Amino acid sequence: MDSFWLIPILPLVGFLANGLVGKRLPKQAVAWIACLVVAASLLLSARAFYALMQVPPEERHVIHPLFTWVESGDFVARFEFLLDPLSAVMMLLVTGVGLLIHVYSVGYMWAGEGFYRYFAYLNLFMSSMLLLVAANNLLLMFVGWEGVGLCSYLLIGYWYFKKSASDAGKKAFVVNRVGDFGFLLGILLAFLTFQTLDFQAIFQQLGPEGEFAAESGKWGTLSWIAFLLFIGATGKSAQVPLYVWLPDAMEGPTPVSALIHAATMVTAGVYMVVRLNPLYSLTPGVSGLVATVGIFTAFYAATIALVQRDIKRILAYSTISQIGYMFAAAGVGGYAASIFHLSTHAYFKALLFLGAGSVMRALQNETDILRMGGLRKYLPVTYWTFLAATVAISGVPLTSGFFSKDEILVRSFSSGHTVIGIVGLATAVLTAFYMFRLFFLTFHGEQRLAPELRRGIHEPPPSMAVPLVLLALLSLFGGYGYGYLEGFLEPVTGEPLPARGEHSEALVLLTAVASGLGILAAYLFYVRNPTWAAAAQQALGGAHRLLWRKYYVDELYDRLFVHPLKRVSDHFLWRGVDERVVDGAVNGTAGLVRDLSGFLRQMQTGYARAYATWILLGTVGILVYYWMGG
Amino acid sequence: MPTDLHYLAILPEIITAATGIAIMLLDPFTAPQHKGRLGWLGVAGLLAAGVAGAAQSGRTMTAFGGMVQLDSYSVFFRWLFFGVSIGTILISLQYLKREGVHHSEFYALVLFATTGMSFMAASVDLILMFIGLETVAISTYVLAGFKRSDPRSNESAVKYFILGAFSTAVLLYGIAFLYGQTGSTRFDRVAEALSAQGPSAFFLVGLALLLVGFGFKVAMAPFHVWTPDVYEGAPSPVTAFLAVGPKAAGFAALVRVLYSALPDMENHWGDVLGLVAVLTMTVGNVAAITQSNIKRLLAYSSVAHAGYLLVGLVARNELGISAVLYYAVVYALMNLGAFTVVVIWSGAGETRVHLSDYAGIGFRYPFLTGCLSLFLLSLIGIPATGGFMGKVFLFAAAVQSHHVGLVVIAVLNSAVSAYYYLRIIVIMYMQEPAAQVPSVEIPVPAAVALVLAALGTLLTGLYPSALLDLASRSVLAVR
Amino acid sequence: MIPASHYLILSALLVTIGVIGVLTRRNILIIFMSIELILNAANINLIAFSRQLQDVIGQVFAVFVITVAAAEAAIGLGIVIALFRNRETINADEIDLLKG
Repeated sequence: MDSFWLIPILPLVGFLANGLVGKRLPKQAVAWIACLVVAASLLLSARAFYALMQVPPEERHVIHPLFTWVESGDFVARFEFLLDPLSAVMMLLVTGVGLLIHVYSVGYMWAGEGFYRYFAYLNLFMSSMLLLVAANNLLLMFVGWEGVGLCSYLLIGYWYFKKSASDAGKKAFVVNRVGDFGFLLGILLAFLTFQTLDFQAIFQQLGPEGEFAAESGKWGTLSWIAFLLFIGATGKSAQVPLYVWLPDAMEGPTPVSALIHAATMVTAGVYMVVRLNPLYSLTPGVSGLVATVGIFTAFYAATIALVQRDIKRILAYSTISQIGYMFAAAGVGGYAASIFHLSTHAYFKALLFLGAGSVMRALQNETDILRMGGLRKYLPVTYWTFLAATVAISGVPLTSGFFSKDEILVRSFSSGHTVIGIVGLATAVLTAFYMFRLFFLTFHGEQRLAPELRRGIHEPPPSMAVPLVLLALLSLFGGYGYGYLEGFLEPVTGEPLPARGEHSEALVLLTAVASGLGILAAYLFYVRNPTWAAAAQQALGGAHRLLWRKYYVDELYDRLFVHPLKRVSDHFLWRGVDERVVDGAVNGTAGLVRDLSGFLRQMQTGYARAYATWILLGTVGILVYYWMGG
Repeated sequence: MPTDLHYLAILPEIITAATGIAIMLLDPFTAPQHKGRLGWLGVAGLLAAGVAGAAQSGRTMTAFGGMVQLDSYSVFFRWLFFGVSIGTILISLQYLKREGVHHSEFYALVLFATTGMSFMAASVDLILMFIGLETVAISTYVLAGFKRSDPRSNESAVKYFILGAFSTAVLLYGIAFLYGQTGSTRFDRVAEALSAQGPSAFFLVGLALLLVGFGFKVAMAPFHVWTPDVYEGAPSPVTAFLAVGPKAAGFAALVRVLYSALPDMENHWGDVLGLVAVLTMTVGNVAAITQSNIKRLLAYSSVAHAGYLLVGLVARNELGISAVLYYAVVYALMNLGAFTVVVIWSGAGETRVHLSDYAGIGFRYPFLTGCLSLFLLSLIGIPATGGFMGKVFLFAAAVQSHHVGLVVIAVLNSAVSAYYYLRIIVIMYMQEPAAQVPSVEIPVPAAVALVLAALGTLLTGLYPSALLDLASRSVLAVR
Repeated sequence: MIPASHYLILSALLVTIGVIGVLTRRNILIIFMSIELILNAANINLIAFSRQLQDVIGQVFAVFVITVAAAEAAIGLGIVIALFRNRETINADEIDLLKG
């Protein structure tokens, strides 16, 4: 019995069950339904994965038709799923990480209102993402694509009574629509060009015998298709210039952020580019753009993350930055490396958000890291798991993040994209710095908590702690399977690029050094100095001079390093570019449309004779058009 | 003179007209509290007409001296119109009682308008097309002013009447030229004469005026100016009817006349309709953004949707017309559904039609708001709804015929439209409710209409093939 | 025999007068009369073409149009009366409750 099609459908069943009758069910039942359907999808994905491994690599391409969705003349779109190494890996990842987030959410959301609503949305989210991943044609992919956008809107605005939350939800949806505009145009142009939307049929035409091989390397129709689709990806995956929604998206419940940032939604764009790698390989111009946008986003978002105080905002910018790495990898042709980083990122980013959720839960939703500190002794489980994720994202050697980041840098250098490699290295330093800054300020140092929060800090219940531990293990050790993953993905992503090259050992060292530099700097700024200052202050009995000196040192650091960077980052990049230019452009366009709308309202005077005049003018217009010989 | 009268060919229209007359005759014998029964009689008549139409499906014949054509195309639209009218009656039953205007003429007028619409889709002659169009127009003038003591309803009827009469007069003037230059009013003979002698200057004048007349009917910019005012002032079930029935009938007749009578002129009308489509979509969507009255907002949205439908016409290929038929059905489902919610929520005297009246009712009335959200998402064109598939077909058809610029504008427009549809959802679910959320009861017939519309919207989105097949088989009759 | 072009010129004049009437008059009844002028201009065209083509259809059409116009007039007057009862005006420029 072919049960593959159940993988995206099961969460949909969960959504319907909880959405329709969840209100009347006890919370336990809601939680069980939601988690079980995802668990079942995970098992089925694992089975599909296993089945795929049993067959020789060239046969690892199974189409599971459901029904013919649309058929009219030349226009055929089937409702069918594709099982190949890429979709198998993605499904395993989405369901696996998704399940852990579901389990965690049970504890996290237990106390709130609308428990059933939350899980219904969460299941719908999973279903849409799985549909996107499993789709065998662009149109079906677009259904999932829009689905995740809609769900993110529902979940980000989940606390609808908070104005900021509903605004953020709206922003996410509208920005995504801008991207989807490009995506839809790309689909239509692809249909016009290939007369089909099926991946296999498109790739055939793109192959060496296909009619488009000749267009390789030139900026033609293919490039336009790739470009338009990439616009969609920048929206969905929060890349420059359409990233603006993601930092606001933290208004939703924290596990939702984990889901959006790790397993679903933002990875959709990366997946799309990798899925269409035959197209992007033929369009080096667009691929170069993908790589450039990716690495620029990586660096840009990392600089912004340096100065933020809100724990979830830092993590949001770090996601933007890490997704940028993935696009950079895909842009230089390292498709397998891109998926590899996508998977390791899923582990540690999910863990970071869940850990942040655990901290916020303990502190009654405090998110300002300057008002935390010293949480290590109160939240040992959270502390150690968060540390695992932090070392992984910082690229500390032998953790998963180290391998995947190193792979991306190697691919960049070995394919001759030296600038991208160098910026990637610099970003790695920044990443290690801001992540450890976050880590130290939260868990180390003196306690800066508001007094009323100090009481009752406690670890989360086991249902929340277990996902943390599992994700921590994955973050630490999830990078060892890369050689295997690359080989497994080969039928989809093609032969790996030129082998790792002679300098790769040196590069491993450089990656490690970059990570170490960042951590060391964070240590000096946020651990070493405050303790030193605190000790000195104690020794001198709270003398003003020492207080001044402490301030002076801070100011020195500020002047020498933090302040200029902060200036650039805070005032220029964040306030300036982010809020003025990008938001300004968005608001400006909206304002223009609004003015036009107001003008049209004024035209609608309410006088019947004025309307008759319009009709007459229209008539004269058509007559003149014909008279002029149009 | 013709001996081929073939009354059977117009049996469905005979049934609807006769039911309408029967309702008026039975009115004096019906006690005021039982007027609803006459509404149900109207539903029964429409169902019977639908069955009669079904019995004829698959047959092709010409009747009344080549004035009426029975083919799959007319059958397709008959079903659509009968469905729309049934929906209109279902949502009116409770409404008329609530507003204190429960006169059975309402149902009779709906049936007469249906007869006219049905003839518009079936006519292959300019005379019958004109008479069908006028039958619809005259019935709907009265319907728009049906709340006689409400000044807004009066105003709606007056404006609709003045502008409607003006535009039909213009249309007639154009038809006279078409007749004079080709020597016939029959579509096929017009086409023959055209291909034999080519268009004269007078003929172009006739074509232009024809486009103006239909432009008014289906609300193309700039001939749409009447829609917001008339839709806002008319009783809400009438607005629902106006927005879907006569508009679809206008498209039905327009497609037929353009493809059967004027195929040789396709570059002439194609170019103009392309420009008009751009204007219509843009004006509709942009003006909708700042509206605060939901009826007015939906009026502008219906203007914008006429623009999307025109994209399919401009495509001038088979998929394009199939898509127009497909979208006409989906459009009817989602608009009728949305207006049903408006009818129910507006309350006695239609006092709650402002967007702010919808604040925070999302979780109090999950059924109403859930359905409305579905219709709005479909109007945006979110996948898994009929609205999405319809737009995909329309735009794909235009892409096939290389109208890429038009499609870019259309897609951009639908991106803009998300803003105002979404605003309603946001208001319903994410704003603070008013201090006291009024309680409304959902009448059973309206609830049935709502569920049917919602199911249809979903079904056409998830499994569009069935309807699209039907539509593409129906257009073969026209091409 | 008077050539068809004379009739066409007459009808064109009637249309012009009608359109100007619709656009400039404020009294709804006079606006409506102007619309009737356009309809009758169309009728003149139909009958002129009918004679020119030696084809009876145009005349049949004109009879239909006259019937339809009568129905339209009846309905139109009813609507205007309903308006007058509520608003006590038939000035087209005073009915602007609905706008924007």
